[in-house]
Amino acid sequence: MATLDDVAAPKAKRKLTGYWLILPGALWLAVFFVIPFYSLISTSLFDPKGSVLTGYDMTWHFSNYVDAIDQYKGQIWRSLWYAGVATALCLVIGYVLAYAIAFKAGRWKNLMLVLVIAPFFTSFLLRTLSWKLILADDGFVVDALQTVHLLGDDGRLLATPFAVIAGLTYNFLPFMVLPLYASLEKIDIRLIEASSDLYASPLRGFLKVTLPLSMPGVVAGTLLTFIPAAGDYVNAQLLGSPNTRMVGNTIQSLFTTQGDYAAAGALSVTLMIIIVGAVLMYVRTAGTEDLV
Amino acid sequence: MSPAAEATTSTARAGSRDLRLSQLTKEYATFTAVKSLDLVVPQGQFFALLGPSGCGKTTTLRMVAGLDTPTSGTIHLGETEVTYEKPYKRPVNTVFQNYALFPHLDIADNVAFGLKRRGIKDVKKQVADMLELVELTSQAHKKPPQMSGGQQQRVALARALINKPEVLLLDEPLGALDLKLRRGMQLELKRIQTEVGLTFVHVTHDQEEAMTMADTVAVMNQGVIEQMGAPIELYENPRTTFVANFLGQSNLIAGEIEGRDGDQVKVRVQGALASVPGDRAHSESGKGWLGIRPEKVLIAEAGQPIDAPGDVITGGYVTDVSFVGVSTQYTVRMPWDQELMVFEQNTGARAMLPVGTKVDISWRPEYAFLLDASQDAKAGIEED
Repeated sequence: MATLDDVAAPKAKRKLTGYWLILPGALWLAVFFVIPFYSLISTSLFDPKGSVLTGYDMTWHFSNYVDAIDQYKGQIWRSLWYAGVATALCLVIGYVLAYAIAFKAGRWKNLMLVLVIAPFFTSFLLRTLSWKLILADDGFVVDALQTVHLLGDDGRLLATPFAVIAGLTYNFLPFMVLPLYASLEKIDIRLIEASSDLYASPLRGFLKVTLPLSMPGVVAGTLLTFIPAAGDYVNAQLLGSPNTRMVGNTIQSLFTTQGDYAAAGALSVTLMIIIVGAVLMYVRTAGTEDLV
Repeated sequence: MSPAAEATTSTARAGSRDLRLSQLTKEYATFTAVKSLDLVVPQGQFFALLGPSGCGKTTTLRMVAGLDTPTSGTIHLGETEVTYEKPYKRPVNTVFQNYALFPHLDIADNVAFGLKRRGIKDVKKQVADMLELVELTSQAHKKPPQMSGGQQQRVALARALINKPEVLLLDEPLGALDLKLRRGMQLELKRIQTEVGLTFVHVTHDQEEAMTMADTVAVMNQGVIEQMGAPIELYENPRTTFVANFLGQSNLIAGEIEGRDGDQVKVRVQGALASVPGDRAHSESGKGWLGIRPEKVLIAEAGQPIDAPGDVITGGYVTDVSFVGVSTQYTVRMPWDQELMVFEQNTGARAMLPVGTKVDISWRPEYAFLLDASQDAKAGIEED
């Protein structure tokens, strides 16, 4: 008789253990996501007439959204465009790099991985500032390009969309490389051999076997790159000009310099909804539910 | 003449699509995996490359598939040289050791893979026929990870066979299956090979598997072929101690070869004079190993008659008995301190001899073989 209890008790305990393990994460999300998110939503519905001096009233002012989208749709489009181009560049560069590390690096594999992560040891801001020096009008890159006439005499790199996209690509590349590497590394090399044994040329083998099997990495990498890139403001601020302002810059200046909390909140929520919608559509079309 | 050279002359028919390896060598930085291998696999044969792990059999297979490049030597299919041909251009397909099925494709797509890559559009009928051959029609839309090992093995076979390769390579295809399933698949593979009539080259370390399935077995050791021939020939008349021990078990007794006497070779072993048929004597002078398979050794209680024409060796006693149903396996310690294995059929003619019984042994001379004593008597004994 005792045996039944003996078996049942640990089982119940094990079930509870699961919940206990979720608790820290759930608390974290409650404190650092749910509460700020609630605060953001309510801020976005403040009366836009409020200011830091007079205070803000919560008036369910939904037209904040219409105004924000109407006024800043240029920056929103630009953000999505820049982030999209940077993500595409990261995917191409990152795939080649991850492929090389996973299949060709041999004993240099670990060293190369460390090198991919190494930039994180320096501050994000400092690294972006360094690019400002590298791309500067009197810097060696511009000089060299002008010498070979790839760039006109008054041509410049800094403060152009090129510089902003290059900065985004550079800063988010590791977020692309690491998930790609993880999924490529998992691929059994014998599957690639099998495809070549079954009449697939290296290119066909890549398209039919390697690429489909690395899709979880492609999806994870593009999300990890696109989402922060679309909301980024540091690259546009340090490497760009007023003509390359992204939505992140607008939100930042609305919050910190103009004190227009309502518009800033509405713009933030709008950006979030657009990104979540885009991500859902993307994951659905990529069709990787059973791979991720 | 070496066994490989013999095979070359006996099978080189004009217009045939034999697989021919000449002086094939694969060297790695620190060791030579395959040493100047000469081998002909006649078209339509079920051929087994048998050897312990690390003997070079898989490397040989990979070179035929094009997955490894030989250091030197050539590979021909009929008259066509394919030594450096890309794997995806060779009319050769492989059933890989762990099947290497594409996990993102369903069974039908896995099987159709090779045909589609060669630009064949309408593959439905062929895929259906092939799935029927391996009895997996109802599983066509499952993904490989949802299937059992035996089913995956059959998918791997179907995926390779559908391309009708000139040579089908099987790299330990049954290694991952449990014993019972393995026996079933052996018969299945043999049936399919007879049905489709393709050349099968089967790599295995399981001597029983090689002997039951193959028309010809080549025993490989340290990058070279030790001996090649029909299973019964290899078993009954091994040329080296490695083959004698790796294929089944052997008693090897040290002896002095006295020389040829007509079509017999005489050997003096521990005081007795034994004779070995000339075609089973692979050394004719000096020291030799007299070999006799355990089931060919006849045993009787000391002083009792033994039904054999040769000398009876006396003075042994039983040190171990194990009863395995159809037979009893005795270990007999001889006066010169060697333990011999004796397998006796349980015919019921005599009760089992208990441990400690004094016994005499003998054998029919036509079953003995004689090997050069310069070889290690323990070569090829598998330690497990």
